[in-house]
Amino acid sequence: MIAFLIRRLLQACIVMGVISLIGFSLRHTVGDPVREMYGMSVSAEVRAEARERLGLNDPIIVQYFRFLKNAVQGDLGNSLFYQKPALEVILSKAPATLELVFTSALLITLLSVPCGIYSAIHPRRLLSRIILGVSTVGVSVPVFFTALMCISLFSITLGWLPSFGRGELTPLFGGAWETGFLTWSGIKHLIMPSFALTSIMLPLFIRLVRAEMMEVLQMDYVKYARAKGLSERRIYWVHAFRNTLLPVITVGGVQLGILIAFTILTETVFNWKGLGGMFKEAVDRGDTSLLVAYMVVVGALFVVVNTVVDVIYGMVNPMVRVVGRK
Amino acid sequence: METLFFILSWTQPTINALAIAALSLFFLWMLGGRFLMPAAWGRFADSHLVYSFRRDAVAKGSLGILLVLLVASFACPWIAPTNPYDPASLDLMMAQTPPAWMEGGEPDQLPAFVLGADDQGRDLLSTMLYGMRVSLVIGIGAVLLQAVLGIAIGLTAGYLGKRVEMLLMRLADVQLSFSTLLVAIFIGAMFRTAFGVASYERLAVPILICIIGLAEWPQYARTVRASVLAEKKKEYVEAARVVGLPAWRIMLRHILPNTLSPVLVISTVQVANAMMTEAGLSFLGFGMPVTQPSLGSLINTGFEYLLSGSWWITIFPGALLVVLILSINLLGDFCRDVMNPRLYKGM
Repeated sequence: MIAFLIRRLLQACIVMGVISLIGFSLRHTVGDPVREMYGMSVSAEVRAEARERLGLNDPIIVQYFRFLKNAVQGDLGNSLFYQKPALEVILSKAPATLELVFTSALLITLLSVPCGIYSAIHPRRLLSRIILGVSTVGVSVPVFFTALMCISLFSITLGWLPSFGRGELTPLFGGAWETGFLTWSGIKHLIMPSFALTSIMLPLFIRLVRAEMMEVLQMDYVKYARAKGLSERRIYWVHAFRNTLLPVITVGGVQLGILIAFTILTETVFNWKGLGGMFKEAVDRGDTSLLVAYMVVVGALFVVVNTVVDVIYGMVNPMVRVVGRK
Repeated sequence: METLFFILSWTQPTINALAIAALSLFFLWMLGGRFLMPAAWGRFADSHLVYSFRRDAVAKGSLGILLVLLVASFACPWIAPTNPYDPASLDLMMAQTPPAWMEGGEPDQLPAFVLGADDQGRDLLSTMLYGMRVSLVIGIGAVLLQAVLGIAIGLTAGYLGKRVEMLLMRLADVQLSFSTLLVAIFIGAMFRTAFGVASYERLAVPILICIIGLAEWPQYARTVRASVLAEKKKEYVEAARVVGLPAWRIMLRHILPNTLSPVLVISTVQVANAMMTEAGLSFLGFGMPVTQPSLGSLINTGFEYLLSGSWWITIFPGALLVVLILSINLLGDFCRDVMNPRLYKGM
């Protein structure tokens, strides 16, 4: 187990190294820190002096290790537009995105498990066919189009829900986290974005739960439980469902990380002041440092999620441990 | 550099020539197959695939819709009422004209402005048809690139094994764990900052094909590797090795043809995925420019006018995109159900 853990952590470190390398080369080739600091209207001597002082004349390897050292200490450079440390900007925007992702993840879990299990148990019933049909359509509708349709229906035609922003926010932890969960206006603003974000992943989860459940239901131990005369409900929920959960959790954990990517689209449509919207603005403004910082932070988030999911899988599934010992 | 631009900028004639060539090849294959090679055609017509297809109304319907959309998009220079790429067709006086049946529409100008006009006064139907062609060209091109990359990598990894396999498949795993959309957006953002907006827009089609192709190859690599591992153990591979054939020949001529059916199955869904990614990129403004809009960038332009009541600029291209992707996905599901033996035995 320890060998498996070490190997997995080593892998995570290598991936982070690759991400940092990409980030560094992006910053090295695209941005010009001297121009970012002084603008265009400085003499060549000042410029040359600044280059020397910032260490831009050092060998690339030295510069990369300096970048790495700063990044580990939490210094990812300054955002060109906000004139603040990039990490600070990202941390101030993160709560909005995390609340959105959390709400969608909750919705996905609560909806996909019953839908998937129902359609696995009764594959030929009308309701299961409807669930599957709707999920096929759901996969085919781009997330931003779902969002636009929602706005068009609920904000413009019916006027029920607000179409942009986060509404009234309540500061928590001394203002470090502004939450929209505590006011009615905040929740009303959350409904459409989280629904749009849910719509992209829900079909995949329903299919995943359904496929796993159907496979489990064909296994011998389920037949044996039936032959033993256990009640159907006990077979489904205690015997079959528990064995469905393992693959669902592992695939699901990774997929939930992918939700972060779709926040870029959702937040752009709803003008949600989170990381995704910030990323799009950073690209439009050519804010390279912020872009690189976003890449490193989101990359780190992905790596952490994947590693944790893998480790949990390793703890639950003894096969992985055996292979790890070899 | 200029020559590169010249070769790479996909001007109208090149796309048209390619499209006509592809369409006529397709029809030749359909007709020629029937009359020139009756034996092969008969085998095809008796296959399990065709049999299931004939009994499946959904598959027939979606193939029909898909064919209509394909022909309509590649024949757009002849069937579209106006040419949206011609600067003369821009008419700001006509901007945001509603569809012909609505109040303020232009019913006397039919067939132009049936579905109204976009924000620059271009006929919306024509712009949508041309946009669908762009989306399809990017989708299919990106899938071809993915397939070539993914098959090459998957085949090498599966056949050589050991270190090479470890390295390549780890790479694929890592890239897959970052959503393909995110990877595409990153590469797109990098290209955009590196090339500058102007040249990015000139080369938008080939750049988008590269971006999406680079972002989604791991799907193919994994699928191919899995089937190569299964094929490698079989006796015909042993035999080929004993005869002393070189590794590349065994890989390309013996193993590859036997791994193609799962590749075909994922290809349909991958085209839909690639088009979704393209639409997402264009919606964010990293994709096709306003002068040559794809469906995604049309939806993006319309978004600004949605709140002021001009819903048609967004809703019509969006609906077309959904129908197109849905029909491809339904066909993909059908192929997967039929060609996956484990599934049809079990049901």
